[in-house]
Amino acid sequence: MAVNYGSKRIVVGAHYGLRDWLAQRVTASLMALFTLLVIAQVILSKGPVGYDVWAGIFSSQWMKVLTFSVIIAMLYHVWVGMRDIWMDYIKPVGTRLGLQVFTMVWLVACAGWSIQVLWRV
Amino acid sequence: MSESATTAVKKRPEFRNINAFTDLPSYRLPLAGLVSILHRVSGAIMFVLMPFIIWMFDTSISSEISFAKFKAAFNVGMLGIPGFLWKLVVLALIWAFLHHSIAGLRHLWSDTHHSAVTKDFGRTSALVTLVLSVSLTLILGAKLFGIY
Repeated sequence: MAVNYGSKRIVVGAHYGLRDWLAQRVTASLMALFTLLVIAQVILSKGPVGYDVWAGIFSSQWMKVLTFSVIIAMLYHVWVGMRDIWMDYIKPVGTRLGLQVFTMVWLVACAGWSIQVLWRV
Repeated sequence: MSESATTAVKKRPEFRNINAFTDLPSYRLPLAGLVSILHRVSGAIMFVLMPFIIWMFDTSISSEISFAKFKAAFNVGMLGIPGFLWKLVVLALIWAFLHHSIAGLRHLWSDTHHSAVTKDFGRTSALVTLVLSVSLTLILGAKLFGIY
């Protein structure tokens, strides 16, 4: 492999270590557990699932705080995943940097919107 | 390795800049490889459709009125696009989520079990992943389109 350290280090590379690999698994587990929790609440609700039941699931403060954490976990998870895709298929540094910046803006905007929605319930 | 040993061996062909349209479709991926690339594709689909997902969260949960708007989008249509096409987008998301989750659990399993890191287990678990994700997609899709 070509030299990738010191002044030759790829500026649009990853963090070259265990951290992102582990973070990807921790955030994934958190999201999987959260999915089961939401499904359980829908299944265990009484009567047809209308607006009241659906909004009721996210009305309590603990559920809001938990959902908030899952949104942040997803933000990081998707960032790592998309960065891996760009790193594998996009070789020119400038294009890759542009796509990574786009990914960040897209994800932060999405996170902001969903957090706003969450606290509106 | 000495110089003479390497020169004796015929130089192996080196392929660069594969053509995505002519080379990729002719690749015969093993099942584990298929699950792997679909893991990536499904993740990318959810990334691209993220605003639509949040729009669904927003309109379904903000108020009774927006909830009615949410239902109408799929029953009647929205932005001049008929409801069933919106349902198809949701079906794509359902598949993407199921495949990504199940393939992700498969990853976690092989991260924590040495017995899972074999060619046989890789193939079997890939098959299980594909069968589970596709059949759950069909079951939920049938519900989505009101078949039961």
